[in-house]
Amino acid sequence: MKTFKLGGVHPPENKLSEKAPIEVLAIPAVVSIPVSQHLGAPASPVVAKGDKVKTGQLIAKGAGFISANIHSSVSGTVVKIDDMPDSSGYRKKAIVINVEGDEWDEGIDLGSELVRECNLTPQEITARVNEKGIVGMGGATFPSHVKLMVPPGKKAEVLIINGVECEPYLTSDHRLMLEKADEMLVGITIQMKALGVTKAIIGIENNKHDAIEHLSYKVKDYPGISVEALKVQYPQGGEKQLIKALINREVPSGKLPIEVGAVVHNVGTAFAVYEAVQKNKPLMERVVTVTGKNLKKPSNFLVRIGTPVSELIEAAGGLPTDTGKVVNGGPMMGKAITNLEVPVTKGTSGILIFPEREAARKPVQNCIRCARCLNVCPMGLEPYLLSVLADKKRLEECEVERIMDCIECGSCLYICPSGRPLLDQIRVGKAEVGSMIRKRSQH
Amino acid sequence: MNEITLISVVSLGAIGSVAAIILYMVAQKFKVIEDPRIDIVADKLPGANCGGCGLAGCRALAEAIVKAESLEGMNCPPGGNEVMKDIAAALGLEAEEQDPMIAVLRCNGSRENSPPKVKYDSHMTCAFAHSLFAGEGGCPFGCLGCGDCVVACAFDAMYMDPATGLPVIIDDKCVACGACVKACPRSIIEMRKKGKKDRRIFVSCINKEKGGPAKKNCAVACIGCGKCVKECKFDAITMENNLAYIDFNKCTLCRKCVPVCPTNAIHELNFPPRKPKVEVAAETASE
Repeated sequence: MKTFKLGGVHPPENKLSEKAPIEVLAIPAVVSIPVSQHLGAPASPVVAKGDKVKTGQLIAKGAGFISANIHSSVSGTVVKIDDMPDSSGYRKKAIVINVEGDEWDEGIDLGSELVRECNLTPQEITARVNEKGIVGMGGATFPSHVKLMVPPGKKAEVLIINGVECEPYLTSDHRLMLEKADEMLVGITIQMKALGVTKAIIGIENNKHDAIEHLSYKVKDYPGISVEALKVQYPQGGEKQLIKALINREVPSGKLPIEVGAVVHNVGTAFAVYEAVQKNKPLMERVVTVTGKNLKKPSNFLVRIGTPVSELIEAAGGLPTDTGKVVNGGPMMGKAITNLEVPVTKGTSGILIFPEREAARKPVQNCIRCARCLNVCPMGLEPYLLSVLADKKRLEECEVERIMDCIECGSCLYICPSGRPLLDQIRVGKAEVGSMIRKRSQH
Repeated sequence: MNEITLISVVSLGAIGSVAAIILYMVAQKFKVIEDPRIDIVADKLPGANCGGCGLAGCRALAEAIVKAESLEGMNCPPGGNEVMKDIAAALGLEAEEQDPMIAVLRCNGSRENSPPKVKYDSHMTCAFAHSLFAGEGGCPFGCLGCGDCVVACAFDAMYMDPATGLPVIIDDKCVACGACVKACPRSIIEMRKKGKKDRRIFVSCINKEKGGPAKKNCAVACIGCGKCVKECKFDAITMENNLAYIDFNKCTLCRKCVPVCPTNAIHELNFPPRKPKVEVAAETASE
């Protein structure tokens, strides 16, 4: 069975919610929609306080090429446009809407029947994806229209669809593949048309047997698409790791996947592209896994963007009394949130509730030079060395040791028997080296 | 004397003299002529290599002074005016008098004033905590309490107070080298004029949020009400982005702004206790 060759770990999978079908969560009374839910420049609001908005209406326009439009996820009145605390506690601009009914914007097809025919040209597809604010749904939230435009001089050969979901606990992509397979496959066909490729591979880890079986059966109707089962290993969902696993090509350091003729999209993105192109529906809701060992009812919800996290937890049985940490994302790359009133955004793939016993970090001890971090690093870096260099501010040496190649997967931190803050130090160093490189290129 | 001894003495002597000639020639060819004044100046500097002058270390400052042949813009904060005068005398230059400076912590978000709402147990450095979240108290401008400034201080002039979770600056030890200012990711520490008799008045807050959110996270935040600006007769206080700032060059240390601040965000240091005029008045009123 295929997998990537370098490094990797296999944490306990804990897919508690894999059997829970996607439930539609009730619309909350108030939503708070941040204008920066994607990588790149924040969108600029096009509505004002007191305006009436409909579900699916454009409320903030993407500023620049790498940015994304934001649409209202509810119908109601804009009560304020102000800085609201996000999951880190820092205040970011958000549009707060009081919900009144659920009236949809004209032109959005709400029917559930499958539309297979797509007569748009590749440029029209990219424009539609841009207009509807589609971003990468795997968590990195990179604007999708940018990825669908092949830069001049490069040629896309294969579209890779990421159904790996290598993060433990998370099951939103898994449920989507089971329940919306046809829509997703049409979405992939549309993306293939936009990129001008004839081949697409869906990579799925071998712990999702039902999804592999279901999709292998369904793809027979869709020429050019194939399904590949992959050995369970983290971080297989990383772009570079997935390309290596599926087509055995290596993306050079500092380059994008298009360099080796590949474009990678998440299954959630494929579904969003289907809805945008075939149903004219903007990205204003997403599937979120709410899970945790002591949670009463681990679930997968279809949630309107801007819904407070507390409502999701309430719907999943309420916050357990021994909660130590609430994490936005998976256990490996997610970030603990400081406040349960923060909204669900386009990049929220899961809400994970850790009991107190599991939330605490190991006490930090001395490095015993066991080199386990070296063995598990999927980018072939030396985390023990990078962390020390970054801590001592030896930034030039960090750059030579390829700190910018770090994908921040956290495998080193997971495996370290001494509980050293390897990734934390590398992250600080990476940010500093990044700004050093930017400064240098300005001169 | 046998033959072997003779051969070895002669041959080794020959090799030695050839090597000596080569070494002499190389030494002449690559001779570095250094201004002897650099050594004189370097000897007068404290030798702590703290970087407070903005250069790599004491020797770098000495080289810069000798090269520029002037003391303009050069200052050794730990050495102070005495050292600079000494150097000026040795080089026959003029040293301008500099006001002594001191590091001032512009945050009073202690555990009591800004109670922790979440617990941080990750990597204990401010640089990382700053990139992760707003802080345990919730103020995105306030002190994170991981002590990057204390680590940066080469003069043992700072320590973390476990009760408040804030760093404390020891006035007698601080030499104003500025290492802590650079280390703080939130620029909370400011270099301010030491003032007459070490007396200082400053706004102990750098929160630029509006009054409501600022006060929600911290009881002693500057809420930007502007009362101090109105009270100040010397135009020393300015209001920008909901935050008052006291210009230490204009401040006359009259300390009239201190009691008008509704959140007690303005601090006075090393002043004698106020005459209890106000308190007496309050007591008689209550009677």
